[in-house]
Amino acid sequence: MAKKAALYAVLLAGTVVFIYPFVWMVFATLKPEMEIPTFGLWPSRFTLQHYEQVFAKIPIGRAFVNSIVVAGAITASVLLFSSMVGYALSRLRFPGKNLMFMLILFTMMIPFQLTLIPLYVLMVKLHWTDTYLALIVPGMMSGFGILLFRQFFQTIPQALLDAARVDGLSDLQILFRVIWPLSRPVLITVGILTFMNSWNEVLWPLIVVRKSELMTMPQIVTIFAVGGMAEAQLGIKLAAATLLAVPIVLAYSFFQRYFIESMATSGLKG
Amino acid sequence: MTRIKHKNLVAYGLVAPYWIHFSIFMAYPLIFSLILVFHKWDVYTPMQFVGLRNFVRLFQDDLFLQSLLNTLLFLLIHIPLQIVAALLFSVLLNEKIRARGFFRAAYFMPVVISGVVISLLWQQLYSQENGVLNLLLAHIGLPKIPWLISPEWAMPSIAIMATWKNVGLYIVLFLAGLQTIPSYLYEAADIDGASVWQKFRSITLPMLNPTVLLVMILSTIGGFSLFIEPYMLTGGGPMNRTLSAMLYIYKQAFYFNRMGYAATLGFFFALLILSVVLVQRKIIEQEPE
Repeated sequence: MAKKAALYAVLLAGTVVFIYPFVWMVFATLKPEMEIPTFGLWPSRFTLQHYEQVFAKIPIGRAFVNSIVVAGAITASVLLFSSMVGYALSRLRFPGKNLMFMLILFTMMIPFQLTLIPLYVLMVKLHWTDTYLALIVPGMMSGFGILLFRQFFQTIPQALLDAARVDGLSDLQILFRVIWPLSRPVLITVGILTFMNSWNEVLWPLIVVRKSELMTMPQIVTIFAVGGMAEAQLGIKLAAATLLAVPIVLAYSFFQRYFIESMATSGLKG
Repeated sequence: MTRIKHKNLVAYGLVAPYWIHFSIFMAYPLIFSLILVFHKWDVYTPMQFVGLRNFVRLFQDDLFLQSLLNTLLFLLIHIPLQIVAALLFSVLLNEKIRARGFFRAAYFMPVVISGVVISLLWQQLYSQENGVLNLLLAHIGLPKIPWLISPEWAMPSIAIMATWKNVGLYIVLFLAGLQTIPSYLYEAADIDGASVWQKFRSITLPMLNPTVLLVMILSTIGGFSLFIEPYMLTGGGPMNRTLSAMLYIYKQAFYFNRMGYAATLGFFFALLILSVVLVQRKIIEQEPE
């Protein structure tokens, strides 16, 4: 019994260590600046002044829309094209198939540090810097997505696809009308992973976007905090950080099981 | 015959978008990097061929060496800390307990949140005078720690923060590993009167070996990409002690517009990462399990 109690005590202490800082952060953004450097949560009075200042100083609403557009477009594209390739690699026979699969696996091993600078140079040459194109197009495909789709599609019974073919469905129709409805788990996994990664991506936007009206949310918060616009005021910085965290935390609270499973899969297969 | 050809065409049509994208945004940059490393280029004026000068410079670049050593120090603190913390919590979570899902979700929370948020939050926690951590230390009568302002503490502080952010993911991976260990092993050990520690040492740990190595690979790759945390918290200081290799490459490219040199650094760094990861993979494959 005492052992059980100790066990729960450690687990609860862990919860405090991982969660309390976030709770503290949210409360800190509602405190007057002078009261932020304290351990407790409750301020003498609540204030929204930090949020008002964030909205007054940076186009964070616009950045939110940019992030949604970029992450949304990338996620839609990865789901569409990776499932097409995954379908071809798992259910069709054609010359060069195995070579293609090996090449995709090999490509996934290449560290991004190798192509980062040349890819930026390509953006300059295409005149894509400071456009949505630079933010979206390079991320539109995912070898990892292909891997997951291929693996899942292999488990779908051949009889089902044969029947669809007898009914005169084309390959695209089979993929989107027969296979997709059966593939919710893998669609959710790839969707969540892709969306979260592009929502949180900050290095690439820092490189290709300089105009504030095109900045994504993590980028504008970074520039705001590092570039001196926040004038070393803690409340404003933390308010900006909180606004950046809210969408992902909301998504996490609804789909928490899927988030954990998706990331665990990506770890195990990566 | 024509049916087979038609079927092939359909298949190639399905994979075509991927390969077009691949040739433009993967193959072309790869090939172009091989050109770039032999040139000097500031983006605005024409490229200048410099032969091997970028490589010569790289091997004489003390700051790059320092950034590699910083990255190494980060990994040396981060990886063991990560594995010990993840092992501890996953073993506890694997006990018969209520609300396992709740604890797992709580520990996982920092994993999904942007590194930008984490950095801003910890910038406050680590602050010398008013940081919550130092207030806490002072409260229990311990001296304050100069987390981010002392050259000795800065990188360990960032490594602690990164561990706090990522450990939830590795708890989940270890938990998955623990659940594959057959329970009869523990039952047999119980009959032999083994202690909790003995069971951990001779059953749990050896059976988890593959997961430990997996976690090492994942956190190595992650650690080599360390960028936004030092960028936001320290800018690479104090005394360049938190200048990660990635941050150094970024600065060479985008503060000084040295595209050729930055590409050379990226090229060298990528080869280094690849060889470290390949060595780790070899070790995994040699495991009898």
